[in-house]
Amino acid sequence: MTHSHLSRRGLIASAAAGAAISPLLGGATFAQDKSLKLLNVSYDPTRELYKQINAAFADWWKGKTRQVVKIDQSHGGSGKQARSVIDGLQADVVTLALAADIDEIAARAKLLPANWQSRLPNNSTPYTSTIVFLVRKGNPWKIKDWPDLVKPGVGVITPNPKTSGGARWAYLAAWAYGSKAGGAAGAQAYVQKLYKNVPVLPTGARDATTTFAQRGLGDVLLSWENEAYLTIEEFGPNYEIVYPSSSILAEPPVALVDKNVDRHGTRTLATGYLNFLYSPLAQDIIAKNHYRPRNAAAAAKYAANFKQIPLVTIDDAFGGWKKAQAAHFADGGVFDKIYKPS
Amino acid sequence: MTEALLPSSPVAGGAVGRRRRSRWVEHSILPGFPLALGITLTYLGAIVVLPLIALAIRPWELGVHGVWHALTDDRVAAALKLSFGLSAIAALVNAPLGLLLAWTLTRYEFPGRRILDALVDLPFALPTAVAGIALTAIYAPNGPLGSLFAKVGIKTAFSPIGIFIALVFIGLPFVVRALQPVMQDLDHEVEEAAQTLGANSFQRAIHVVLPAIAPSLISGVSLAFARAVGEYGSVVFIAGNLPMKTEIAPLLIVIKLEQYDYAGAAAVGLAMVAISFGTLIVINTAQIFLARRGRR
Repeated sequence: MTHSHLSRRGLIASAAAGAAISPLLGGATFAQDKSLKLLNVSYDPTRELYKQINAAFADWWKGKTRQVVKIDQSHGGSGKQARSVIDGLQADVVTLALAADIDEIAARAKLLPANWQSRLPNNSTPYTSTIVFLVRKGNPWKIKDWPDLVKPGVGVITPNPKTSGGARWAYLAAWAYGSKAGGAAGAQAYVQKLYKNVPVLPTGARDATTTFAQRGLGDVLLSWENEAYLTIEEFGPNYEIVYPSSSILAEPPVALVDKNVDRHGTRTLATGYLNFLYSPLAQDIIAKNHYRPRNAAAAAKYAANFKQIPLVTIDDAFGGWKKAQAAHFADGGVFDKIYKPS
Repeated sequence: MTEALLPSSPVAGGAVGRRRRSRWVEHSILPGFPLALGITLTYLGAIVVLPLIALAIRPWELGVHGVWHALTDDRVAAALKLSFGLSAIAALVNAPLGLLLAWTLTRYEFPGRRILDALVDLPFALPTAVAGIALTAIYAPNGPLGSLFAKVGIKTAFSPIGIFIALVFIGLPFVVRALQPVMQDLDHEVEEAAQTLGANSFQRAIHVVLPAIAPSLISGVSLAFARAVGEYGSVVFIAGNLPMKTEIAPLLIVIKLEQYDYAGAAAVGLAMVAISFGTLIVINTAQIFLARRGRR
């Protein structure tokens, strides 16, 4: 290898290294100022929500305690985020897509007690959501309800339930619909047909939205309700939301990570942050971002945005997350069987 | 492993190497051998050997039967086949194309040559995710190239073809950069001598040039192959990720990790290392054989 090559590659490499290091240096300067810091490790579609909530909380907390707080957010597929926390990501609070992922943190890393979900109101879920259909303008395939998804030729976009929390809710919503018609066997047949119409399996909700909206793939996106509204706000009137006849009550829970907050000395702040999520101010922001609020006043104010459809719950229809996880998404579970060549 | 494969101009280094091999250690006139060797061993141990040992130990908590079960699972087998098969095809396709590129860049002088030369390095420098998103945008059914292919009924992105495109992209610089220095050092006089002896241009290319560059070509191709097998960042965006169809082995490892199946993930990882290592040994042997023959 001649010197001219080496030096050129060296230049590119050092430029790349510089680009990679500069945010770290930025982070280091933050660490040096004396403000309190909190890390909220969350799932994929909540970026916009928590940006607004964090700003509101920082104001409110400063007014109350005169302390300046900075809240960092980390987003990604819910399962991946849980694994990062287990592997040592210093989350003060976790706000994930489903209880099973926080259960894993409690069970595997023992960073919080097993009964974490009973420590905050409403099963520790300050907001709920559901799974809806997002279709292209004019709804060319006339997709109105679950049976329309398994028609031949319809392309359904949904992420891989193994890596995406939203996709697990979507899968279970489809299963609940299928079992209404034909019990467990009918549900499995329906879900199997549904995934036959899935041309790609993105790894996360945001990835799926991009595939559907920007790559133009598929005819219907099984989406978080909030993500569907966000897509319309982002890409304008090229899309329509379709509410199926029934769906699932998705409960994305929040929790304090006890061992981490005690190590950081942030228990009071983190507790304040989680309680703030239930406050009228935060509930208003939550509803504005198309998550279904728990607070009655916020729910009434934004009632027009949330169509009321029958929603099954994970406890009623599946006997809780632990059972659903083991039966459907574990290795060798029902989801794996869908892709087994028969 | 990478170091051993880098083109070390076998033509010049060979004779010295052979003399050295006759005795286990020859006293060098250069000072600092124990220190240099010590640092080399420590460094390689910490960076390469230790993680590999960790990887080799982890799967066996499943038991021999469990590891066998994990690896013979339909989905794992399909992913391994896809990853290694497409990586091999991509590396082989990069051989003639990389050869042509290296030839053009070293043998001809034309305006913009240095810019083209720098472009070859781009796949090295681009973050893989950026490359993956860019390739997907271009080859998606609504992208500029993808829509052309879609018209004739060929699905590019979200199919094995998409994975192949990404692997060709990331592998190309390995082949070109392995060939360039050897091509630059090729003695024009040898070719001229062949010409005066009556060899036509085809004979000169096959009997004079090719044997000299073959070892570098092979090492470039094997590097491209090794890199492609492990490539994750750019492929997941363009692959489609359907189990049994477009799910690459590295993605399967990530999915297993996401399910907290650390041992299962390590089993797939270990299988990949074993297959890669076996392939590289075969290639290396072929390369040494060719290098000796090329010298004669």
